[in-house]
Amino acid sequence: MKRNRIHSPWGGFIFVLPSIIAMAIFVYGMIGYTLLESLENRYNAWTKNVKFVGFVNYTQLWQDQEFTHALSNLLKFTAVFMIGCLISGLIMSLLLEKGIKGEGFFRSTYLYPMAISFIAMGTSWRWLMDSARDERATGLNYLLQNMGLGFLQSDWYTSEAGSMYAMALPAIWQMSGYVMALFLAGFRGIPDDLREAARVDGASEYKIYRHILFPQLSPTFLTVLIILGHISMKVFDLIFGIATKSYVTKVLAIYMWQTIFDFQNFAKGAAIAIVILVMIAVAVIPYLIYVNKTEEANK
Amino acid sequence: MLKKSKVAAVLAALALVATTAPASNAATNKQLEIFTWWASGGEAAGLAGMTTEFEKQNPNTPFINASVAGAAGVNAKGVLVSRMQAGNPPDTFQAHAGEELSSYVKAGQVEDVSFLYKQEGWDKVFPKDLVKTLTTNGKIYSVPVNIHRANVLWWNPAAAKKAGITKAPNSLDEFLAAMAKFKKVGIDGIALAGNGDWAIAHLFDYVLLASMGPDKFNGLWKGTTKWDGPEVSKAIDYLAKILAYGNSSKSLDWPDAGKLVTSGKAGFFIMGDWASSQWQSEGLKLGKDYTWAPGPGTNGVYQWLSDSFTLPKGAVNRDAGIAWLKVCGSLAGQDAFNPKKGSIAVRTDSNPKLYDSYLQAAMKSWKKDRLVGSTVHGVNWGNAGMAAYNSAVGRFYTGGAKDKKGFVKALLAAKTANDNA
Repeated sequence: MKRNRIHSPWGGFIFVLPSIIAMAIFVYGMIGYTLLESLENRYNAWTKNVKFVGFVNYTQLWQDQEFTHALSNLLKFTAVFMIGCLISGLIMSLLLEKGIKGEGFFRSTYLYPMAISFIAMGTSWRWLMDSARDERATGLNYLLQNMGLGFLQSDWYTSEAGSMYAMALPAIWQMSGYVMALFLAGFRGIPDDLREAARVDGASEYKIYRHILFPQLSPTFLTVLIILGHISMKVFDLIFGIATKSYVTKVLAIYMWQTIFDFQNFAKGAAIAIVILVMIAVAVIPYLIYVNKTEEANK
Repeated sequence: MLKKSKVAAVLAALALVATTAPASNAATNKQLEIFTWWASGGEAAGLAGMTTEFEKQNPNTPFINASVAGAAGVNAKGVLVSRMQAGNPPDTFQAHAGEELSSYVKAGQVEDVSFLYKQEGWDKVFPKDLVKTLTTNGKIYSVPVNIHRANVLWWNPAAAKKAGITKAPNSLDEFLAAMAKFKKVGIDGIALAGNGDWAIAHLFDYVLLASMGPDKFNGLWKGTTKWDGPEVSKAIDYLAKILAYGNSSKSLDWPDAGKLVTSGKAGFFIMGDWASSQWQSEGLKLGKDYTWAPGPGTNGVYQWLSDSFTLPKGAVNRDAGIAWLKVCGSLAGQDAFNPKKGSIAVRTDSNPKLYDSYLQAAMKSWKKDRLVGSTVHGVNWGNAGMAAYNSAVGRFYTGGAKDKKGFVKALLAAKTANDNA
């Protein structure tokens, strides 16, 4: 009798209650508070007469040149980062997928960059991507020169046109190992029988990948896109570590931080935060719906 | 029974979570919690000097330094804003004197300390112009501990000799000519520190001052000189020409840019006089390894900035805060702090013998020069305007110094940002 009581639904509920409370306050409560803040007029630290102003703060964002600059920077960064990670992660997983000798070693090597903190990484990449040229060159420019590719020397993240593409490099370097691990898990999840059956049917190696393996990877592919997408939208520490608050590489999260802590414009900062949240939600929510549906279907 | 014990365990865990958080704050008996971003080098050494002075006078008050390291206080300000908003201020915090304080003043987060000025006689020993700048509506909200000069030109005598430069340039045009001489012998004309935009904005601040003179310059912040007028456009032309002589690495911090000068790879450096104490800490000798002059075209003008301490409203240990401010304004405190920090004392009765030859010269200039404030270091504009000003310059710089129209537009936007904040 006593044993059975543990299994009552209430027992389970009480176990998850602390996390529900914590989530309710620290996640959803804070989101609600931020949303409220973004609809009010606390444009500085001394606003006394706080009132509801509706969506003015959002419409004003679009006239703010620095906001649109940060947004376009973020979109450029996201595009290059996601494509770069996907391609390099996929290539690495293809190389490892066959179960080569020393796979464990390579796997850890590729994954290792993920273990480095963004700030430490930012500092090193700031040196690597130094824009000094020719006899002053260091880092990547120096490397290019010594490889006889001196004409490829670049301003990296300090040129207005190319800043975000360069900024995506360290991010790709860091995250592609993770993407590799996800794809590798995906490949390993495909039963060997399928490949063997295909081989028996006389399919070439290319055709096996094209028609048998890749289609099975599409859920992994989606997961990777979502994970990379939301990491990218929130990017802050990597860019702050490399270029602090420099205009040229400013993204939404940095502009939000600046708006709140430097300008003390709480309403505008909250509005930017909500914009970031909505951008992430647009990517993640359809995915969650899709996952739930497929899980229901599999039941 | 089992269920009960589990519930108890959960509750105990919750209670643990609930009680650990405030425990660190609960231990406030008599102490002084100070918030500063001086964490390394000459700054930390100077602070230690002042701390010793404080501890001598207040032996029973433990000194707690809630220091957050970071150049120009970029990280510290973030932490401070959160604490002020949360109603949990430190007993005193560091801020640049001038408009940078205005947001705290308008928010009613700092106390008027003019009573201390009378009580301690600071209104007599601090320069009148400075006290006037610090006073808003008859109230003063901070106690300055030091004065830095922003418009200083630094160079390496050996490199200058190599380039055939015999004396310091005296105007912007002479400045450009001298940079051309450096370029001829394969030395960059000027060292630029592009990381985070502010050091380039610091350079622009000087160029504005040098090209239009102190009256028009002051007008920029008061609204009497137009940002889209001919004076600013002339300054932008000069800035573009100067930037063209800069180093190709656009992402240096100022100490690294300074190294280009002391190692003979770059000619000039426009930087505040904290560069001098940085170089001395690297073992370099003033006069031999590096030397200085007022920024070309700004002779007789002292572009100042000042670090100061405040008395936050609602501070837990208000008396300790006041005791600290007294040390900040005292002769002993300022003379303990400044020679190490590489700045001069605010007090006019400070002892010159404690300072090096640059600082002694700066003390003389401080007494007779025309005083104007530094924008990048918080004197002329509040935080919002300052950040937008830095962004505007950073954009111009990384865009290759081409988009002059866009620059003016961004500067106008910065003015609006400042006025609306």
